[in-house]
Amino acid sequence: MATVDPEIARTQEERKKMEQQLASLTSVTYDVDLYGNNRLEDYVQSIPVHDEDENADAMENDVARKLASYTAPKSLLKDMPGGAEDSGDGFRRPQRIIDREDDYRRRRFNQAISPDRHDAFAMGDKTPDVNVRTYADVMREEALKREKEETLKAIAKKKKEEEEKKKEDDRETAAAAQPAQKRRNRWDQSQDQVDSGVAKKAKSSSDWDLPDSTPGIGRWDATPTPGRLGDATPSVRRNRWDETPTPGRLNDSDATPAAGGVTPGATPAGMTWDATPKMTGMATPTPKRQRSRWDETPATMGSATPMSGATPVAAYTPGVTPVGAIDMATPTPGQINLRGPLTPEQYNLMRWEKDIEERNRPLTDEELDAMFPAEGYKILDPPASYVPIRTPARKLLATPTPIGTPLYSIPEEIRGQQFDVPKEAPGGLPFMKPEDYQYFGALLNEENEEELSPEEQKERKIMKLLLKVKNGTPPQRKTALRQLTDKAREFGAGPLFNRILPLLMQPTLEDQERHLLVKVIDRVLYKLDELVRPFVHKILVVIEPLLIDEDYYARVEGREIISNLSKAAGLATMIAAMRPDIDNIDEYVRNTTARAFSVVASALGIPALLPFLKAVCQSKKSWQARHTGIKIVQQIAILIGCAVLPHLRSLVEIIEHGLNDENQKVRTITALSLAALAEASAPYGIESFDSVLKPLWKGIRSHRGKVLAAFLKAIGFIIPLMDAIYASYYTKEVMFILIREFQSPDEEMKKIVLKVVKQCVSTEGVEAEYIRIDILPEFFKNFWVRRMALDRRNYRQLVETTVEMANKVGVADIVGRIVEDLKDESEPYRRMVMETIEKVVANLGASDIDARLEELLIDGILYAFQEQTSDDANVMLNGFGAVVNTLGQRVKPYLPQICGTIKWRLNNKSAKVRQQAADLISRIAVVMKQCGEEQLMGHLGVVLYEYLGEEYPEVLGSILGALKAIVNVIGMTKMTPPIKDLLPRLTPILKNRHEKVQENCIDLVGRIADRGAEFVPAREWMRICFELLEMLKAHKKGIRRATVNTFGYIAKAIGPQDVLATLLNNLKVQERQNRVCTTVAIAIVAETCSPFTVLPALMNEYRVPELNVQNGVLKSLSFLFEYIGEMGKDYIYAVTPLLEDALMDRDLVHRQTAASAVKHMALGVAGLGCEDALVHLLNYVWPNIFETSPHVINAVMEAIEGMRVALGAAAVLNYCLQGLFHPARKVREVYWKIYNSLYIGAQDALVAAYPALDDEENNIYSRPELIMFV
Amino acid sequence: MQASDRFNINSQLEHLQAKYVGTGHADLNRFEWAVNIQRDSYASYIGHYPMLAYFAVAENESIGREHYNFMQKMLLPCGLPPEREDD
Repeated sequence: MATVDPEIARTQEERKKMEQQLASLTSVTYDVDLYGNNRLEDYVQSIPVHDEDENADAMENDVARKLASYTAPKSLLKDMPGGAEDSGDGFRRPQRIIDREDDYRRRRFNQAISPDRHDAFAMGDKTPDVNVRTYADVMREEALKREKEETLKAIAKKKKEEEEKKKEDDRETAAAAQPAQKRRNRWDQSQDQVDSGVAKKAKSSSDWDLPDSTPGIGRWDATPTPGRLGDATPSVRRNRWDETPTPGRLNDSDATPAAGGVTPGATPAGMTWDATPKMTGMATPTPKRQRSRWDETPATMGSATPMSGATPVAAYTPGVTPVGAIDMATPTPGQINLRGPLTPEQYNLMRWEKDIEERNRPLTDEELDAMFPAEGYKILDPPASYVPIRTPARKLLATPTPIGTPLYSIPEEIRGQQFDVPKEAPGGLPFMKPEDYQYFGALLNEENEEELSPEEQKERKIMKLLLKVKNGTPPQRKTALRQLTDKAREFGAGPLFNRILPLLMQPTLEDQERHLLVKVIDRVLYKLDELVRPFVHKILVVIEPLLIDEDYYARVEGREIISNLSKAAGLATMIAAMRPDIDNIDEYVRNTTARAFSVVASALGIPALLPFLKAVCQSKKSWQARHTGIKIVQQIAILIGCAVLPHLRSLVEIIEHGLNDENQKVRTITALSLAALAEASAPYGIESFDSVLKPLWKGIRSHRGKVLAAFLKAIGFIIPLMDAIYASYYTKEVMFILIREFQSPDEEMKKIVLKVVKQCVSTEGVEAEYIRIDILPEFFKNFWVRRMALDRRNYRQLVETTVEMANKVGVADIVGRIVEDLKDESEPYRRMVMETIEKVVANLGASDIDARLEELLIDGILYAFQEQTSDDANVMLNGFGAVVNTLGQRVKPYLPQICGTIKWRLNNKSAKVRQQAADLISRIAVVMKQCGEEQLMGHLGVVLYEYLGEEYPEVLGSILGALKAIVNVIGMTKMTPPIKDLLPRLTPILKNRHEKVQENCIDLVGRIADRGAEFVPAREWMRICFELLEMLKAHKKGIRRATVNTFGYIAKAIGPQDVLATLLNNLKVQERQNRVCTTVAIAIVAETCSPFTVLPALMNEYRVPELNVQNGVLKSLSFLFEYIGEMGKDYIYAVTPLLEDALMDRDLVHRQTAASAVKHMALGVAGLGCEDALVHLLNYVWPNIFETSPHVINAVMEAIEGMRVALGAAAVLNYCLQGLFHPARKVREVYWKIYNSLYIGAQDALVAAYPALDDEENNIYSRPELIMFV
Repeated sequence: MQASDRFNINSQLEHLQAKYVGTGHADLNRFEWAVNIQRDSYASYIGHYPMLAYFAVAENESIGREHYNFMQKMLLPCGLPPEREDD
């Protein structure tokens, strides 16, 4: 026996190992099925460790960094088409939701739209009908499902154990040196020994797993299919068991398969009906269940379902791909009709195949003739043995007939033949996509509507409206939506939701379609109100997935619907509907339910939900319920933020016991929820967390791994709420654990530790000395390693944490520790060091840095700058700029060296390097000036000037920017090269169409025109003026604005006449954009050079009998009076005759523009004594009040408003009075409109001006107070 | 509603009427307009203290009394509405 013992021990050990592996699959420690292979996924999905991650707009950040040297409105940058993503055909393809979903999100297809439920409110005290699903039924089914799952797990475990045992036996026999032959026998034998039931059950378990992996709409029988209209009416629900396939039906289901429909042959495992035996107490499935239900005769089917009231929930169907005739290799055109709906994939495949065939067909003689030259080629006779194919069938196969010639030719019309054109929908219905047939196919059957029953007619009507909403044009959609809303109660909740909800489960749904359908639900909900109660769960099944959608707007929509739903249905119904899902076996369901509950809480108020939450969180029955309950609290905190504060204590009390829960997942989620609560309530509410401090701080000593990470996270969020003394104490308590975990190899743990360190360090009570002595050494040892720079999130977190520490301990400590690393050999690491230094010195300045450190720093920075190979994010550049700028004058000794580097790099082969060098000059120009290095700058100016021939536009733009920076700091007179040389060199560059070049160039030119125009001959400026006209067309507003300003400067410098002549000529061009900019430029010139220099020429130009020119002049006048404001009083009499003429012109635009000129004029001269001219102009404006063109009438109304300001409300009221009671309604309407805007603008002023009305027999209309006299 | 109205404040006439009680419309009759005028006037008298003082002197009443009277007159300032002819 003694010899056997070690052997047994060994096998036992092995078995233990195996069991552990097994446990990882089946036990609660870590469930691959639930959490996927990456167990940290769950973390991030619930709360991101980095809050910024979720909100940050990646595009915005990247662009902002990349384009640091020139700026543009972010909205514009955001709008930039993402080149690579574009399909090239000019517009974005509609996005299918399913394409961007990950596996976890696709699990929504595992959910079934459950049947309606009992509405306890509507029924009152009546006992519910046996056929109606009540809360009790649903709960029972859930319990069954759980039980089933448990049993399956147990079976799997048992089987493994059996195998273990078997192996053990084997080993024993091997040890006993049995012949191999015999051992095989034993194998067989043992196989037989194994309970045959177990084997079968194991097989069935795999069947059950099957539906999980394949998406598809669950209930094949709840999905209304076109062929079964009648069946889908609610009245038939009672008879659902009759819907099991009869032989006749088989055809039917073949013809109209539902999405994820059951194809005959697929094993319909896990149908709930086969769970019925369990309900009667049998725990294990009977062997009978292994038979496919399709094999059974309908008779047995009927008898096999002895279930009475409870109808099954969530029938898992093995969701096979939405079937068409996928196995038919060559779809025939006729196949696309009602009977064989194609999936879009097939549809595309077919189109594609046809396309390819057409391109690959043999060339005809004519084509060959056209291709080859007439000479040098000879047409050979076909070989004698060649016989062309005669049999038509073979011919069809061998040479596919082209459908069209490669060039366009008018296709011959073949009547009666349908190619792959889908059957057109009758009666003005919108186009139907192939995948829509299964939902809307019935609409294509042109039945006589009168023959249908009212119910069917209603269904049809709903379908029509939904189709219009889904696929229709915007006007169709709008009216359909309105009809659906208006008639919602008439249609009834049942028929509506039975139509809408399956559509939302459609696998090929696109974003836009989902948005529209969700909108329908929202509107309908509002109307139906309490009628929705039986459908709450159905709706939730469809809407809950929206809550975890990656699209922000989808999440918002989902929240809105659930919030409205809970307001319509009431708390009790919501809880009754969602309670069974709380301990659902599927983690996905629990997750979405928790989120939905948080929305309910925010809609109906947290206090209403508290008792329920309390009960759930203390559930003894299952850890899942507790987990979900606590998760609801977490989601509430995330959703409503600081609004948790009033309920903080009760929420914490509800979940606090979870910290000591026996289940590890519950402990984890509790800690995460506490973290979320603390984050939401910051900086208040520490007293509510008193009760959890002890378990948290005790917990970090006893836990490891994931739980510890969660606990640390909670602590990290709670510490910042504390008072200084406590924060210091508790930080010290947690710090040794943190320091221990510094070494953790787990990435997630690292991130959390870094975050917690950051939070601890930034709290008030933590002393710099403590950080310096206790934290820094370990911190730098463990985190400032090259590996950390490789992962982006680690990188960012580490930089943030270090910067936070620097805020406490000062620049010198931190920079001193890492400055050497600027010369590290790993470039990402150097970059990380540089970014940290940049942030630290930008925050805290450089006064702490002593001479030695300064030397090291500059040395390191120069090294890092020179050694960089790529700097997409401009980290090195920014770092360099920040350090130089903070050091200020101290950098003087190093400037020659820096400039040497810059000069050398300006001459580099790589465009990036040159660009960066030029950018660096613009960063440090100010400091160079401070250091008095003007000569050096002049030198750099000359160097840059020499590089103006640069061919890369990005680099050229940077060089121009650098020149601009130098010119700005050293001034026009000292600039080398002298301005008179520089500017002519810039003139040709103005022609460059690259935006960066344009912007920098126009800025530089504008600056020179502003400050140093006298250095350049007028002729050169005129030349520039011509170039500038082109730039008025630039896409970027900034460039156009700079151009217009530059016109002003130039006009000031060389006198307005020449510039004006150029501009006025430009009014004749056709392009509207150009003309508009020209008018603005004219106005600017008028403003800078006084109006009297411009007005004569401008008014003279009005005589040109050309519409564009006259309008341009008027527009210039309008801008001009807008800009010059009260200066206008001197010119108003001069331009009045011109405006008179314009206001009487036949052309609408004349009057419109003139009216807006009058408006600006009136507003400018209000109170300056020009009333006579204004009244005169008002007389010309007034007849235009009956215009109907929107722009004209707006301009006229605004002119009248302007007059109200300038002339006073009373004057305008007198114009008004004549029409207020005009016999013609059209006239009255206009006059009342004017009266109303007058009234809104100056109500009080009207009191004195109202007409005196005479009293009538019973009514007093006069206002005697106004004639009182003292 | 005209196409042009979509762009300006009159686009929401109902809203406008609710926000500014005194605004009118094409179907306003003499009585309704007069009521608006009267109420606006009284509100204006009350709002401008010097006016109130002036009336007080003219009528030999206290300012408070004048204030009260004007407030009272704002209820049915023109008496009962006349019988509608068309209804």
